[in-house]
Amino acid sequence: MASGIRKRVVPGFGLSLGLTLAYTGVMVLIPMASLVFQSSSLGWSEFWAAVTDPRILASYRVSFVCSFVAACINAVFGLLLAWVLVRYRFPGRRILDGLIELPFALPTAVAGISLTALYSNKGFLGKPLEDIGIKVAYTQVGIIIALTFIGLPFIVRAVQPVLEEMDSCYEEAALILGASRTRVFFTVILPEILPAALTGFGLAFGRGLGEYGSVIFIAGNMPYKTEIAPLLIMTKLEQFNYDEATAVALVMLVASFAVMFLVNCVQSRKLRYLGHD
Amino acid sequence: MRRKPEGLWAWILILISAAFLVLMLIAPLAVVLTESLREGLKVFRAAISDFYAVRALYLTLEVTLVTVILNTLFGVVAAWALTRFNFRGKRLLITIIDIPFAVSPVIAGLIFILTFGRMSALNPWLQANDIKVVFAIPGIVLATVFVTFPFVAREIIPVLEARGTEEEEAAVLMGAGLFTIFWRVTFPHLRWALLYSVILCTARAMGEFGAVSVVSGRLRGKTLTLPLHVEILYDEYHFGPAFAVASLLVMAAVVILAARNLVEWLAKKERR
Repeated sequence: MASGIRKRVVPGFGLSLGLTLAYTGVMVLIPMASLVFQSSSLGWSEFWAAVTDPRILASYRVSFVCSFVAACINAVFGLLLAWVLVRYRFPGRRILDGLIELPFALPTAVAGISLTALYSNKGFLGKPLEDIGIKVAYTQVGIIIALTFIGLPFIVRAVQPVLEEMDSCYEEAALILGASRTRVFFTVILPEILPAALTGFGLAFGRGLGEYGSVIFIAGNMPYKTEIAPLLIMTKLEQFNYDEATAVALVMLVASFAVMFLVNCVQSRKLRYLGHD
Repeated sequence: MRRKPEGLWAWILILISAAFLVLMLIAPLAVVLTESLREGLKVFRAAISDFYAVRALYLTLEVTLVTVILNTLFGVVAAWALTRFNFRGKRLLITIIDIPFAVSPVIAGLIFILTFGRMSALNPWLQANDIKVVFAIPGIVLATVFVTFPFVAREIIPVLEARGTEEEEAAVLMGAGLFTIFWRVTFPHLRWALLYSVILCTARAMGEFGAVSVVSGRLRGKTLTLPLHVEILYDEYHFGPAFAVASLLVMAAVVILAARNLVEWLAKKERR
């Protein structure tokens, strides 16, 4: 189209955009604005005092470290699962493939209590692990397991389509030229799937930061040790301490937006690289 | 390159993957079922036919239904606006629609407390008109709608984007109106993606816990959804009943998962 003045042929522009803006405004913008509004009623020094409280800082640390470790575990197993599900045909593949989205379909509270039962010191997995000296439930290990469960689908589902689309001729060429399988993986395959894997990693990490339902049962919620930031927001709310709850929430929100922003950067860079943008 | 697994390495990788999924996904499912029956069938039956459990089940179904209807209508309308037309600020609007994905469920609950709760500017008006939002059903619906807000729009925008607008333009030239065009031209391409996204939206709405637990106020028999009911039973050390009620949600999740896979398979078959 040469000029920007092109008449809109398809009907319904005003109606559909109007409804979209109205609904988005009421459901997302106004509620989000109230968070900013509430925090502006807090002075800067109060805000700073609230978010640098040692207990709150500890909860940020727990949330970040556990989400990061869980996302790393998912990166390794997510790549492996995507590879196995795309490249090999074996009995039961369909079932494994269909199971991947289970963490999205299962209510988080149910995941929380069942993981707790599974990994408590009387549980089916928790007991043998405790016998060899690993305590899972009510420790940070438990939080990491819950977040690994929640983030599992992200990396698999991000990498799978890329692997499906990938032309294996480069891989074969590299093999014929005498490269080892490990070398082929790191120099031919990995660069191709890295943007998708990073996107999945970012989504899993972001989801982990905000996750609440699946974590609180298995975490034990001990201040300074296994208390995640979303739980602390909840605790402040139950004490009707809205100002501090808002302050903690605002910091978490900025962190999640930063993660989402990085994910979008990776995605748009990839698109430009492929010539779509 | 689809090949039969050749060599030892392929089988080792398959075995590790299968073991990981069994440990991470199957084991938690199995535990819910065994724990729910541990205290006997009688406890199980009593737990799921308990008055408050049934009330919670109905509330969950109602909230899910309302949420899915609202967000599906929004998703279709938004996809129409965002893919059939070009306008300034389109990118920004897409980013705003995605915001709920980046927000922790607890924060999603918090923002509705701040908007409609005691310290909100709306509060005097709400009180004067005797409208209860926070710690009542409207709040639960709002929080659930927020959490699942982008689901449908996000899934169908790429489908419509990929199709272009030529078919709709042709239909306009032949004199079709807005609804005819949508129903006869656009919708047939949208069917599977829409169904798929509605299934995902249902799953999330049904199981939402964090956002709902902030705004619910936990009034037994009034504002308890099924996941909250499970939490309360569990916190009161009624483990058998808690897992019994949880097993209902597990069954729903398995049905949803099966439906998702079926839709995906049907869509793939049709494309071929």
